[in-house]
Amino acid sequence: MSTVWSGPALAEAIEAFAPGSVESSAGIDVWLKPESISAVCEGLKTRAEFKFDLLSSLTAVDYIDHFEVVYHLTSLPMNATAVLKSRVGIGRTDASIASVVSIWRGADYQEREVWDLMGIRFEGHPNHKRIMLWEGFPGHPLRKDYVTYDQSIVSTIPDATGGDK
Amino acid sequence: MAIKTQPVTVNLGPQHPSTHGVFRMRVMFDGEEIVDVEPVFGYLHRGSEKLAEERTYTQIVTLTDRMDYVSSMLNNQAYILAVEKLAGIEPSPRGVWLRMIAAELQRIASHLVATGFLIQDLGALGTPLIYAMREREGILDLFEMLCGARITNSYLRPGGVFMDAPDEFWPALDRGLDDIVRTIDELETYLSGNEIIFSRTKGTAVLPPELLINASITGPMLRASGVDWDLRHRAPYDYYDKISFERKLHTASDNYARYWVRIQESRESVKIIKQCIEQIEPGSVRPSFDDVPRLIRPPVGDAYAAIEGSKGELGFYLVSDGGIAPYRMHVRASSLINLTLLRDMLIGGQFGDLFVTFGSIDLNMGEVDR
Repeated sequence: MSTVWSGPALAEAIEAFAPGSVESSAGIDVWLKPESISAVCEGLKTRAEFKFDLLSSLTAVDYIDHFEVVYHLTSLPMNATAVLKSRVGIGRTDASIASVVSIWRGADYQEREVWDLMGIRFEGHPNHKRIMLWEGFPGHPLRKDYVTYDQSIVSTIPDATGGDK
Repeated sequence: MAIKTQPVTVNLGPQHPSTHGVFRMRVMFDGEEIVDVEPVFGYLHRGSEKLAEERTYTQIVTLTDRMDYVSSMLNNQAYILAVEKLAGIEPSPRGVWLRMIAAELQRIASHLVATGFLIQDLGALGTPLIYAMREREGILDLFEMLCGARITNSYLRPGGVFMDAPDEFWPALDRGLDDIVRTIDELETYLSGNEIIFSRTKGTAVLPPELLINASITGPMLRASGVDWDLRHRAPYDYYDKISFERKLHTASDNYARYWVRIQESRESVKIIKQCIEQIEPGSVRPSFDDVPRLIRPPVGDAYAAIEGSKGELGFYLVSDGGIAPYRMHVRASSLINLTLLRDMLIGGQFGDLFVTFGSIDLNMGEVDR
């Protein structure tokens, strides 16, 4: 059975080699400061006590007032998993975080997908382009404020939200 | 006398019979040698993750069917496990055994499709593919008995499955398993020692295991490089901890190894199903609607659940805001991530090996683009 790193334990272990990089921790999650993501990931991959050599999943969630980038890490030698999170784009300003492609190549398409659909920029990505949608597509569809085609039609009909007519 | 050549760029796909759907590559080659490859995705992008945000947790099961449409049951399983983790649902034992049987049948079906099309891409037009598809047809008949559907099953529900297997399913399953073993034997007789297959697949597109792990590649591709990593064994979900099976490994990490691992894994799946049949007990196949209502409202939070899909780690990440629909759903699509090393596999190789390598990755465009 694989072991799951608890958030506080992982936060403590990260603070030991990268002081000041953890924002908070709870449950199985650790929230990192966005500027320290490269240093922490490099440490988690190479240091003997972690050996997180496989990036399972990289995704992002739109929480209206900020975005959260979520990393699920797996260590094959230790058979362990961990969850890293990082809040970016606070106040829906320009959202960006350092790319981890130089650490795990598996992040390549996943970061492009997050940029394409969620609009979070990954600084230092070698091929920072859209992946599913075409270049020039307006907006990033997985954002909560994205207006879908159906919604855009409904919004042109007067009193579509219900009136007495 | 050396013939002078110059690089030519060719557009392959999206409508090309060997691209397994609507995949497109811009390939630059010099003579027979591939110089550059650029994959272009998105022709089958349907926005499943966005659609999920306005559907209830049970309705989304139908969306997962349509991602990797040759392994719907496995997609159902991964999604349902994520929902159960998020909402804290305790599944019914009989439902779990039934979905394990369904998932392993689906794995065999998916591996048969992968093998059949790989051999088709090698130029063996028709026959091996028909053999593989004939057997898959038998598995689809079993699915039809289980849930009434063949491809887009939507068989699983949070807490189990939606209906019990009919009485005639069990003898049909026994016969089906014998047929599967016979077909695999037959395929192996013709293919596994075939000189043409050897010369075309051995030593092509070799990838070192460290590189595969670094590129997040899992599943048969990783096991073909000798890394013993199978989530059914390393992080057992459902009742896989009550099952014993071997992980078949190959060390060559070439196209032949990937083919071989899939064939052997199908045999192991048959063994797993036999153990499931022995251990399954009567009972309800899902919790009552008092325990698990039709409209589930999981507590605020998030959950990530991953299974060993037919193509690698298949994970679902769900975020709940306490409502009847997920706030966010993300699919960790193994088909997309397994393509990360496509350039490394193809560049420097022969043009004729392009589709063989492509077939050995075993991707499904429904899952790549979602």
